Amino acid sequence: MQVVIERVAKTFHDRRGRDVVALGQVDFAVESREFVALLGPSGCGKSTLLGIIAGLLPASAGRVYFEGEPRPGRAPVTATVFQEFALFPWRTVRANVEFGLEELGISGLERAERARHYLDMTGLGGFEGKYPHQLSGGMRQRVGIARALAVEPAVLLLDEPFSALDAQTRTLMMDELLAIWERTRQTILYVTHNIQEAVFMADRVIVLSRRPGEVLEIVPIKLPRPRRESQQGDPVFVQTADRIWGLIKSQAQAALLDDEIVAERGP
Amino acid sequence: MAVERLVVVDRTAFLRRPDYRAVRVLALLGLVLAWELVTRTGWVSSLFLPSPSGVLAEGLDMVRSGQLFVHLLRSLERLAWGFGIGALAGVGVGVGVGFFALADAVVQPIIAATFPIPKIALLPLLILWLGIGEASKVAVVALGVFFPMAINTYAGVRQADPLLIRAAVSFGAGRWSLIRKVILPSALPMVFAGLKLGAGIALLLLVAAEQIAADAGIGFLILQSGNLMETTRLMVGIVVLSLLGVASYWALGALERAVIRWRHT
Repeated sequence: MQVVIERVAKTFHDRRGRDVVALGQVDFAVESREFVALLGPSGCGKSTLLGIIAGLLPASAGRVYFEGEPRPGRAPVTATVFQEFALFPWRTVRANVEFGLEELGISGLERAERARHYLDMTGLGGFEGKYPHQLSGGMRQRVGIARALAVEPAVLLLDEPFSALDAQTRTLMMDELLAIWERTRQTILYVTHNIQEAVFMADRVIVLSRRPGEVLEIVPIKLPRPRRESQQGDPVFVQTADRIWGLIKSQAQAALLDDEIVAERGP
Repeated sequence: MAVERLVVVDRTAFLRRPDYRAVRVLALLGLVLAWELVTRTGWVSSLFLPSPSGVLAEGLDMVRSGQLFVHLLRSLERLAWGFGIGALAGVGVGVGVGFFALADAVVQPIIAATFPIPKIALLPLLILWLGIGEASKVAVVALGVFFPMAINTYAGVRQADPLLIRAAVSFGAGRWSLIRKVILPSALPMVFAGLKLGAGIALLLLVAAEQIAADAGIGFLILQSGNLMETTRLMVGIVVLSLLGVASYWALGALERAVIRWRHT
């Protein structure tokens, strides 16, 4: 099933009643079983767009829809992996993973079975009974990923999932996410501001401009799969990353200055 | 050339706060001992301040004759009903007002206007409405417990992490599911703080109500003993109240630790 983002725009109203255009007009589609990265400088509205796709934020214009052969007996759902993990501290690892399944009305037995499956897939076997505060950051985000995979969403949304982790853990987690994707071919929309991350993992990289966010270019990544860390030295990898950096460098610089001005004016 | 060596010392030593466990026990024992001494030497007449040993003996006597239990049971019964009703209503109202904007708009000003009324001042009115029996005393305790519970629960609900709320909604949680699975657990620490506050207030109002209109209960026991100049019996009542306060605080703490297992530490 593909996800279509059709002419989606978002305007916020700030406290003084002025309009702030976060998203200009965004058009793209994520094909079934595709790994798409959404890349842009800070403040380009990529998290806003993800919120709209997840149904957590109303769009000011345009719409998001799923298209394709319906899966029998259930509506297509999205599932989000949050940057700050957003695990329920009062639930054990297993209960966190079962949360989405409870809301789908899935019976206890099947819930336990599905949770078991995805806990094993994400390397959380043996941690089912722990509470989130007993886990390291990397393990917590595994719970976040397992919780999202468990609902078997039409599209899995990841909002800078590894940016709260240290560099070594991030590299390992990226490898593991890719391995999971190779096995499941789960449709993924992955938001990041890290070019290497986007090029390393995605089939296509959608480059967004600075506020108001608009699609600058959609860059296909022609690296063979399965991807290996060693490919980061590959000329194709380096050229693609350079090209994307060329696209957003001036934008990022402008965003930097912009942020400073905002900070000066701040309360 | 002379070489100087300056060793770095820990400059935070004076900030340390040791537990002094033995001192805690000794302080309490010391107080009782001093009290006993003051009364034994006849410094203070036992009519005004009976000795701790005398109070203990009188207490044991009252336990043996069953008198103490009669009063204690009546008080506990009123406490249980009043505390239970007030706490439940407080949590219910707190969650409703915290979650639903309309309920907030309706109830918040009403609570703001009624909260400052000293609840004991309502006892005569409650007696008019509910009669001189148990209901009016239970009602005054319930009212006293209701306000801190409602206000604390409300604060707890408002403090629920918006990120967790978003996460729950993104996984399909509706209104009731969200309240049950995210809002209530988020508010639990504040609810327990309210329960501890409410327990103290309940005891205070109970004794006051029993001293105004009752024929049994710890409050009645204290008032009656005072009127008859039976200071030892009076002190037994006061010690029982102190024990009740300590016991309820301890029990609520134990309950909190059992319910909130996910806490750090």
